[in-house]
Amino acid sequence: MTQSKKILIADDEPNIVISLEFLMKREGFDVSIAGDGEEAIAKIRSDSPDLVLLDVMMPKKSGFDVCQEVKADPALSSTRILMLTAKGRDTEMAKGLALGADAYMTKPFSTKDLVEQVHQLLGSNA
Amino acid sequence: MSPKNRLLLSVALVCAWLLIVVGVCGWVVWADLSPDEREALVPIISPRGALLGAMLVMAMAVSAIVLRDLHRRYVAVPARLAEDGRTLLKAEPTRRLTADGNAETCAFVDIINTLADQRQSLQDDVETRVADARRSVEEEKNRLGALMSELTQSVVVCNLDGRILLYNNRARLQFRAMSDAPGAAGGGELIGLGRSIYAVMDRHLIAHALENIQHRLRKSAAQPVTNFVTTTRAGQLLRVQMAPVLGVATTEGGDRPVSGFILMLDNITRTIENEARRDEILHTLTEGNRASLANVRAAAEMLDFSDLDDELRTRFRGVIRDEVKAMSDRLDHSASAFADSLKARWQLEDMLGADLVAAAQRRIESRLSLRTKIEEIDEALWVKVDSFSLLQAVTYLASRLSDEFEIRELRFRLAAAGRLVHLDLIWSGQAMSTETVMNWELEPMRFAGENSPLTVRDVIERHDGEMWLEREKVKHRAFFRLVLPSATPQEEVTSDVYLKGDSRPEYYDFDLFSWSERNHEHDDQLLSELAYTVFDTETTGLNPSQGDEIIQIGATRILNGKLLQGDAFEQLVDPKRSLPPESTKIHGITPEMLVGQPDITKVLPALHAFAADTVLVAHNAAFDMRFLQLKEEVTGMQFDHPVLDTLLLSAIIHPNQDSHRLEAIAERFGVTVIGRHTAMGDAIVTAEVFLKMIPLLAEKGVRTLGEAREAAQKTYYARLKY
Repeated sequence: MTQSKKILIADDEPNIVISLEFLMKREGFDVSIAGDGEEAIAKIRSDSPDLVLLDVMMPKKSGFDVCQEVKADPALSSTRILMLTAKGRDTEMAKGLALGADAYMTKPFSTKDLVEQVHQLLGSNA
Repeated sequence: MSPKNRLLLSVALVCAWLLIVVGVCGWVVWADLSPDEREALVPIISPRGALLGAMLVMAMAVSAIVLRDLHRRYVAVPARLAEDGRTLLKAEPTRRLTADGNAETCAFVDIINTLADQRQSLQDDVETRVADARRSVEEEKNRLGALMSELTQSVVVCNLDGRILLYNNRARLQFRAMSDAPGAAGGGELIGLGRSIYAVMDRHLIAHALENIQHRLRKSAAQPVTNFVTTTRAGQLLRVQMAPVLGVATTEGGDRPVSGFILMLDNITRTIENEARRDEILHTLTEGNRASLANVRAAAEMLDFSDLDDELRTRFRGVIRDEVKAMSDRLDHSASAFADSLKARWQLEDMLGADLVAAAQRRIESRLSLRTKIEEIDEALWVKVDSFSLLQAVTYLASRLSDEFEIRELRFRLAAAGRLVHLDLIWSGQAMSTETVMNWELEPMRFAGENSPLTVRDVIERHDGEMWLEREKVKHRAFFRLVLPSATPQEEVTSDVYLKGDSRPEYYDFDLFSWSERNHEHDDQLLSELAYTVFDTETTGLNPSQGDEIIQIGATRILNGKLLQGDAFEQLVDPKRSLPPESTKIHGITPEMLVGQPDITKVLPALHAFAADTVLVAHNAAFDMRFLQLKEEVTGMQFDHPVLDTLLLSAIIHPNQDSHRLEAIAERFGVTVIGRHTAMGDAIVTAEVFLKMIPLLAEKGVRTLGEAREAAQKTYYARLKY
């Protein structure tokens, strides 16, 4: 692998960000962080990450909005989106997937599953 | 021509005939004789001329006698019998004909008398049966009344116009609890025989529920009932079950049309509040802890890695401590305190998806004149919905699409998605921005004459569903996707279980629904069939325009020609001014009695509701109406009911009487006056007098409301104005 893949963690809760950041770095990814929806959009445009770990409940712009905006922009079409949310209802999952999320995980999740899911989305092996 | 003249004429004709026969015979014989024979005959005939004449007269007399006898037997007797027969037929069924005339006529009379006997006994029989039937109906009514009063559920029976035909005591109590009117009228202005249920419930809602029931009936559903939850004006939450009352089929074995409906009401405000609280706690405990758990779990799993440096390890431990503490706090909080905001749970009903779409199509096409089409529908899908609010939301979205994006057609798609159902509203053309969709979702739904405080978002949340906008770029189309919960299909039982079999208890048989069509055109309605509110006011003085005010209102109602004693409205009113001592002498109301009474702005709305859909009646109505009308602006209540004045009506009935004062009229009609000069007492006297006037007005050709109004206008008194 010539260059490590880039991952953006968009979540407003530092307590999950710290774990995710450590986990992703440990897996050898290049990690950046966004604390709200608007920052997430800006970082997606500037850093063009390969994958976004996107929380649904964020200030300024919700994860749904970010997802829809990303998928509507052809320039960003290669960005994979993995939605992480504390909303466990089927209807929300359906909405996330309909709006273009590539995968959807409900909190709390196993970090092992998350790592597997990330690798699967990026087409790489752990 | 009378029989006597006919007799005279025929006698004259017979006499003339005899003369002609004798004359012609004489002339022929004479002409045939030779001159000699004539010479010989003349001396023989001429002395006997008188004899011949006498014989001729005698022949005439005999003919006349024969004729008279024939006339009597064949004309006079039948004519008399015919007269008697007519009397028997029309007036006196007990009369019998007396036999007379010849044998044949006598036989006829016998037959007619036998027929009359038969008719008499048939009539008696019918009358007995009618009386029996009436008695059994009365019994059934009483049985139903007893049954209803024992029910712990509120029951209201209405006809298709929404008029209340029956209600039980429980319903009355419930409506009283819901009433926001002051004092004695509490609840009475909302419920009462002949009152409109629409005073309490949204007309659209009832119409929609009825439509649902009709639909189920057509599809021969096992139970053509529908459930819905509604809020009252006072903010109470009612769960309503509606069942149809079926009329009589026009053809043998045909469908029985819906002639009314039964509402069973449950006030679930409190239940819902409790349930909502429970839900809220559950929600905090599950959803609220998901994020924390995720944080703890992730941090804990990180601690397992051996390549962790000490600083990170400390931070992860910190996260776990923080989050576990936060979760403990949350648990304490939800256990001890209830959330402030309440999320009411609305009862959802199972509905065939195709029916929902069909209903949406009908609504959109009729309300918005927007073409609709079905793109794809899974006929087997059942959804769990509050169909009224959901259809409102769909129609609202369609109206915004039609108004703002000028779409020409809306297509429907209904498909299953796991345990969910996707309802798509598809249109060709541009899609709006996410902000616009957001606005549409969050604004209260207002369109085509409907005005709901709910938003599309509320409706979606009520269904625990979701909604979003999707684009189909290739087809240059866009659609709203509404995700709804699905329901397990209801079994369709054959119709004879419920519908055509007479499975309903017998006490539903009596016909309460005959006056359904009546209230449509007031002017053509008979006075005897209208509903009235008879009222009277006591005031501080006689000049409303110079600051005199109402201090008491009394009202009672007349329905179906009966004074409803229990249905009374009596209220003292704080006039917000001083009370002249002279007036106290008239009505006996003292200033102390008015302390703490509601003012006119509180009382008139209640009176308005009490008098809804009735004709107002008052003695010297112009006076009372003037007081009410001067308050229109302050109270916002317009008393634009039809008005009848007993003073003017009295002038129509007795134009030659000097006095048309209430006491004088009451005396003429033999109505006992009690409690004169209290508003309620006068209202009751006026009502009783009015009831006596109705038949007398009919004698004067004044039968309908329109005629009464016209006649009243013509009387001299109508020109007096206050």
